[in-house]
Amino acid sequence: MFVSSGAELIDICKKEAITIGEYTIREEMARSELSREDVEGRMRKNLHVMLSSSSLAQEKEVKSVSGLIGGDAFRIRKYAEGNNTLTGDFMVRAMARAISSSEINAAMGRIVASPTAGSCGILPAVIISAAEKLNKTENDMINSLFTASGVGIIIAKNATLAGAEGGCQAECGSAAAMGAAAAVEMMGGTPEQALNAAAIVLKNILGLVCDPVAGLVEVPCAKRNIAGAVSALTTADLVMAEVASKIPFDEVVWAMYKVGRQLPPELRETAQGGIAITPTAQKLKDEIFKEKNTL
Amino acid sequence: MRDYGVFDILGPIMIGPSSSHTAGAARLAKVAAIIAGGKIKKVEFLLHGSFAQTYKGHGTDKALVAGILGLDPWDENLKISFSLAREKGIDVEFVGKDLGDVHPNTVKFVITKEDGSSTEVTGSSIGGGNILIFNIDGQNVEFTGERPTILTHHKDLPGVISKISSILYEENINIANMRVYRSGKGRMATMALETDSVISKNAMDRIKNTEEVENVKFINPVAEGDM
Repeated sequence: MFVSSGAELIDICKKEAITIGEYTIREEMARSELSREDVEGRMRKNLHVMLSSSSLAQEKEVKSVSGLIGGDAFRIRKYAEGNNTLTGDFMVRAMARAISSSEINAAMGRIVASPTAGSCGILPAVIISAAEKLNKTENDMINSLFTASGVGIIIAKNATLAGAEGGCQAECGSAAAMGAAAAVEMMGGTPEQALNAAAIVLKNILGLVCDPVAGLVEVPCAKRNIAGAVSALTTADLVMAEVASKIPFDEVVWAMYKVGRQLPPELRETAQGGIAITPTAQKLKDEIFKEKNTL
Repeated sequence: MRDYGVFDILGPIMIGPSSSHTAGAARLAKVAAIIAGGKIKKVEFLLHGSFAQTYKGHGTDKALVAGILGLDPWDENLKISFSLAREKGIDVEFVGKDLGDVHPNTVKFVITKEDGSSTEVTGSSIGGGNILIFNIDGQNVEFTGERPTILTHHKDLPGVISKISSILYEENINIANMRVYRSGKGRMATMALETDSVISKNAMDRIKNTEEVENVKFINPVAEGDM
């Protein structure tokens, strides 16, 4: 059975001299009684959906079903092509990728819940952008998706990945932590460094509430996918520069869960607090449901 | 501590925007259509709670119609399910309805077939795309559709359950879970039987031909592998 903590994960990877990604593949083969080829093949399907969701809304403007969001991935892509960006082509393109998947999701396109539909933009943006920059292959991307998934399993076991339970920190926070760890292993970092990156990302997003306008996975979710991707990528660099988290990964996950439980229900996906009850959000909600709902 | 697999974390592949309001809705409707069987003429969707309040913004209506057409939760045609239903001459109607003390994401399907007969199925989308069917034609019967499921409507006589379980044994299919519901002793009973492996064609035919079994449905789970 998959280990239950980050500390155990680091130990076993050290002992076997393998990456988190490799450990995760082996555990999945044992669990599902499938061959390596089959397990990797299923992840390849996930990757192909991610490649398409992270690029489609950059190529043409995609509008959500409610009409609330859309066209931002396209705008960001155009902006990146102008070569006048502050944070550089790499980062701006990663942002476009992140929001592309979120826009595709809101427009009833095909995505991979990673770990949820609301946070589906972060991991594809991180993995694909890092792989492009580092000249990695499709198989490298698949391996890093196993790294991300292994970290996600530890978070799911000890905390939660659901916004309704833990707020946005549990969804977008976990996605970004998983992405940061995956990027670190892709750069050749150790399992310890990967979990350091995951811990730093989670600490930096700790307490983020889930407050969707009109209850839809659009505002502020889509832009939080951008923020998560940026945090994951910059933190991978931090950790590769030998910066470590003062608080170990397991304790940060524990804190994240505790904070999530302390959030009032209004701030956990019920659309009754935070951004969702601002005057503008209320107005948008009325407009959407006046037009769209006839029941 | 729950045991998670890799694809519980990364997945499912689905049409957005919501695993509960879109992917789960499509799965519910797909199972409801299998239960109804035959050629469907009209479906009335009675939407409860959150389903009634937010169905348009989440595309729940499109997902439900897609499921009735047999589409999977990751099929991109989900978005155009209304026109596909029109082409097939299937009428659909959405009604907000308080279904009582049930999960907020609950729908009751009233399915009318071309031969005039009708079937009612009620179920909930319980999160992460997972579902629970809990009522068929007024009879309480609980199953999740995560495992291959056999639903029988049979005469409540001694030995019927044993006949069915013997067939499964002979076909090397292990029973994971089994529930029997009946309206009264010696009358008709409903059984939901979940198995560990896919129900073979041979097993299906043999159960169908069991004398006391009036009606049987086989629901094999939707596997992403078929994509």
